[in-house]
Amino acid sequence: MIRLAMILACLWHPAAAQTAELTAQFGPPDAPRTALLRSTTDLAALGPVIEAYVETRQDTRIVYEQWGSNDLYALTARDCRKGRMGADLVISSAVHQIVDLVNEGCAASHASEATATLPPELAWRDQLWGVTREPIVVVYNRDLLAPAEVPRSRFDLLDLLRPAGSRFAGRVATYDIEESGLGFLLAFSDSLEATTFGGLMEAFGRSGAIATCCSAEIIDRVASGEYLVAYNVLGSYALQRARQDPRLAVLAPEDYTLILSRAAMIPAGSAAARVAADLLDYLLSPTGRAMLEAQDLIVHLKEEDTSAIEVFGTVETLERPIGLNPTLLVAMDSDKREIFIRRWRDAFPQPD
Amino acid sequence: MPEAGGVRATLSLKNRVALAVGAVLVLGGALVLIAALAYGRQAAREAFDRLLIGAAADIARTISIRDGVPMVDMPVSAFELLSLAADDRIRYRVVGPDGATLTGDADTPLLAAGPGVESMFYDGTFGDEPARYVAFTRRFAERSFSGPVRVVVGHTLLARRELARDIAQNALIVLGAAGTVMALFAWMVVSRALRPLPRIGETLAVREPTDLTPLSLSAPKEVAAMLTALNAFMVRLDRQNIATDKLITDAAHQMRTPVAAIRVQAQLASIENDTDRRDRIVARIQDRAAGLGRLLDQLLSRAMIIHRADTAPATPLDLRDVAVEIVEKTDDIFVEAGIEVMLDIPDHPVRVRGDALSLVEAGRNLLSNALRHGKPPIRLGVTQGSLVTLWVSDCGDGLPPDTARNAGERFARSGAAGGSGIGLAIVSEVAEGHGGRLAMEHRDGQFVAALELPRFAA
Repeated sequence: MIRLAMILACLWHPAAAQTAELTAQFGPPDAPRTALLRSTTDLAALGPVIEAYVETRQDTRIVYEQWGSNDLYALTARDCRKGRMGADLVISSAVHQIVDLVNEGCAASHASEATATLPPELAWRDQLWGVTREPIVVVYNRDLLAPAEVPRSRFDLLDLLRPAGSRFAGRVATYDIEESGLGFLLAFSDSLEATTFGGLMEAFGRSGAIATCCSAEIIDRVASGEYLVAYNVLGSYALQRARQDPRLAVLAPEDYTLILSRAAMIPAGSAAARVAADLLDYLLSPTGRAMLEAQDLIVHLKEEDTSAIEVFGTVETLERPIGLNPTLLVAMDSDKREIFIRRWRDAFPQPD
Repeated sequence: MPEAGGVRATLSLKNRVALAVGAVLVLGGALVLIAALAYGRQAAREAFDRLLIGAAADIARTISIRDGVPMVDMPVSAFELLSLAADDRIRYRVVGPDGATLTGDADTPLLAAGPGVESMFYDGTFGDEPARYVAFTRRFAERSFSGPVRVVVGHTLLARRELARDIAQNALIVLGAAGTVMALFAWMVVSRALRPLPRIGETLAVREPTDLTPLSLSAPKEVAAMLTALNAFMVRLDRQNIATDKLITDAAHQMRTPVAAIRVQAQLASIENDTDRRDRIVARIQDRAAGLGRLLDQLLSRAMIIHRADTAPATPLDLRDVAVEIVEKTDDIFVEAGIEVMLDIPDHPVRVRGDALSLVEAGRNLLSNALRHGKPPIRLGVTQGSLVTLWVSDCGDGLPPDTARNAGERFARSGAAGGSGIGLAIVSEVAEGHGGRLAMEHRDGQFVAALELPRFAA
């Protein structure tokens, strides 16, 4: 189904900064129009969408680089400061970092019919656009949890962790907010959303919850039964894995569910801004959205029993979209990060 | 067009008003535009400056001292506040007493503040864009930390410009509407005000040529003044017309009898064979012809008086000069009659306002009446009392009272003593023309005919 015209250069340098995790190319190598897309999105998820895009544009080649969110931010910020040509389109799940880049004047403007269809909370200054729609979910192991134990909300999770000697102790995992920009954003959004988060962090710390870096790793270990529950997992990854692995169950917390739209921007130094804008318009077009939905990058929560994500409660009242606006700059503030991370460390003592 | 005569139509009043109102609106519009832009900019600046200081104060409030180090627990509310300027980029910086940046963008410009300055606004840039900043100072006096911590918050100017433009635009819309209404009202008022003019024109155009009655129309004050002048003009014209009619009627009436008499005498003369009687008839014809000549003189003189009453300008003059001129002009007839006229005038000038020629004519008539009908001694005098009087006295019987009462009416004395009565009519008309009257009385065996005129106060 997917014509693999991509040359995979699977380079794994998890420790070394400033190197793409993965690189791929879509479209004919000699195409007159080339754009470099840097994204935190897994190549496996976004690849087919890009593939579909270049099939409709025979003269366009897209070079795809997959980055960690903090590296991507650092690289793009450096390109901007030095006025260097870098990526032509940047898509990151750490949307606060993209808001910061746009705020620093690192983005080029683009307005089109497609961008006009976005609701105001998913666009800023004609320079930043929310291209996906991914609920932040709880993943649990269906085989190892009794239906009564399923943590439908954060309160349920707190209750599971509370008893001394709970079997959940040490078997609940979440993102490490220091390593992952997305993890920090989600924890920060949680802290704004409800006071539950303070209690939850405290419970995580007391029960020896695991803070780790990567979606794939977390989900794998839930599947294997090492972890019972994973908290604050990006819905797109969770869903893709859950479709292949019947042990995995995905649910949208019923007290509230954060909805993240990955932010796209065209860097001001882009050499192929028109190609980037065209690709962006495609992603925002009905065809592009349908492709994204097929890749679980656009997810609409549904209350039906058959839906891939379990929803308890009313969709309208539980969804909390993360607005792409300058209030996210607070998440970039160094003092704020320090205060936040200090609390985090108090909860998750460093392993060494 | 012969009817148009010397009338030259210049730019219409409506167009003049339209031009004036247009000029006022354009000039006023330009001024208001400038003012509106300035006001809009000022209002936008004040509104968003308040936003900035609100955010800065909000941030300053969250600064706390931990282990001797100020920490900023950056409030989301400050950024929500700043997000009211929806598309503007935001920059902030918190600076400790030593000038070190505690948090935020170290490139954010910061001006040195004087002592005691709590907050100050200043313009700067953010990248390539102009920006506005506020520096807000919070002073700490803790055991572990003391000194001022300054919070700088700034943003770009997109929202300010948009608000300023909105305000100016709204002001202009209001101005435009007001201008349109003003122009409309001006047009309506002028149209209404000028409506009487064509109406007067039409009324005059459809009039019979002989109709000189005053126009009776209501009109605005300015137009009414013109209408009044027009009516006065028509009254004078009418009076002249009547006078002319009178003159023609008088002349025809007065001359019919003497001309008929002359014709009869001439007929008698032609058939009279007796030389003596024919000579007598011829002498009578001569008398009659001379009388007719005098009558014509008087008719013409009267016509002149009436004409002058409406046309000759009244000038200040000395009535004594008038008296002297009267005596000079009547000198010949008195010399012929062998009678002397005594002049009785005061030493000081007697001032009146009037037409010298008409007054001389009136005096001549009084004097010749006295000569013809009165008895010497005849005196001509000028006196000044509450009224100014030009009088003639003689020692005759004067006029019978009822004739005197009718003096001034035409033909009052026609026939009887050979006079036509036109003389007194002239005097009477001159008196009225000068705002006075003709007075006649018997006093100490004398008959006095006097022209009483109002005094002229210089």
